[in-house]
Amino acid sequence: MKLVKLKPKVNRLAVVAVSAVAILSSCTTVKEYQKNKLNDGEMTLSSRKIQKTESSFQSYREGASGANGGKTGGGCGCN
Amino acid sequence: MKKICLGVVGIVLTFFSAYAQTPQKDSSTYKSRKLTFDEANLVSSYYKQEGNNAAVTGGIGSQKLSDISNTIDVKFIKWDRKDRKHSFDLEVGLDHYTSASSDQVDLKANSSASHADTRIFPSVSWLIENEKNGTTIGAGLSSSTEFDYQSIGANINFSKKTNNRNGEFTAKAQAFIDKVSLIYPTELRSGGGGDDDDDDDYATTARNSYSGSLSYSQIINQRLQIMFIADLISQKGLLSLPFYRVYFNDNSVQKENLPDTRMKIPLGFRANYFIGDKVILRSFYRYYHDDWGLTAHTVEVEAPVKVTPFFSITPFYRYYKQTAVDYFAPYKTHISSNQYYTSNFDLSAFNSNFYGAGIRLTPPKGVFGIQQLNMLELRYGHYTRTNGLNSDIVSMNLKFK
Repeated sequence: MKLVKLKPKVNRLAVVAVSAVAILSSCTTVKEYQKNKLNDGEMTLSSRKIQKTESSFQSYREGASGANGGKTGGGCGCN
Repeated sequence: MKKICLGVVGIVLTFFSAYAQTPQKDSSTYKSRKLTFDEANLVSSYYKQEGNNAAVTGGIGSQKLSDISNTIDVKFIKWDRKDRKHSFDLEVGLDHYTSASSDQVDLKANSSASHADTRIFPSVSWLIENEKNGTTIGAGLSSSTEFDYQSIGANINFSKKTNNRNGEFTAKAQAFIDKVSLIYPTELRSGGGGDDDDDDDYATTARNSYSGSLSYSQIINQRLQIMFIADLISQKGLLSLPFYRVYFNDNSVQKENLPDTRMKIPLGFRANYFIGDKVILRSFYRYYHDDWGLTAHTVEVEAPVKVTPFFSITPFYRYYKQTAVDYFAPYKTHISSNQYYTSNFDLSAFNSNFYGAGIRLTPPKGVFGIQQLNMLELRYGHYTRTNGLNSDIVSMNLKFK
């Protein structure tokens, strides 16, 4: 019975793993002089500074937090 | 509060006017051994929310709240003899909020001392980047102080780029040692819950959070880069809040009671893609699960459109969905024989939508012709939760270089 319940999760994990491998295997080496688009300020792989308060209220008003490079504790948010 | 805001802006402008005559800093051919100013950011936000499920009053009552937040961070850099780049970041934040629900710690009060508070949160960080071997190490300290809550944080991190400089692995560890003041609802106090006549006499208890984070970013091609993030967060101590009430189905009332440990596992994925020459697609997905039974999914998409090379508009949308923790039940539905209980709707099952737009100005001669004012960004967002809470936030980021 447990195995039946686990099956969809395993399938989802397999899809994620296969997708990740497919994406990473399609990488091409990009030289420094070819990175003008990647170096654009909007292309950074993190939240913007202006999202600081947004991230705080979301972590207070929602049960989930983390995995976004920000804080994972500290501050009450009790109101 | 207006005075505080104007004061912060005044300090920033005074500080940067002092740099107005500073010569241009490092170029690719010269790396300063002296500590030089790199950039500073002032981020100000105004947030307001409305709702009718306040945890202080057991899941009913106004959640009206407003918050003004100002944060300034200043970054300095220097290169050492081994050609390693040192970055020092100093940050100070100040929040001031008014909250209708906090006012109800004392149910008879119309405007008690707890209806408003100010939080101050300074932090420092130091990064050492070795461009030759592609490694970065760093450490930081932070603190956060408000009337009923103190937090001290420390973190260390390490990054290593791949040989072709197209990938980067990062490991980070953080610890937050917090103290919660034991302020109980007035009707549940029996001598140990504090004394309104002496604000400093509240007993405190510990709440500690430890987290480890691993991430890997990879350039896929000249337009696409992605990142995988995995965190493991462990919390110990008083994880409930002493002034949150729970009303049971037999009409009795108690303060919220939750387990004293919580393990959280958030897994994140980011992908940013440059479409054509003017549009960027930024995306984020997070899966979250913890041992209180809460599972959540977050999807975020934003699309900066470069109207000109110096002006962009960014619409954004965020969808969030969570299940309730095992210990949640609304007002007067808990059974008093339960070991753990909460009526905090932040831990209930709901979906939320957050959408809005931002603009970004980066004129080559500076914003409003002020050379040091390198960037102005404005952003507005509206947030709605399926259990009735809604909020608005407007933020501004001024960047000085």
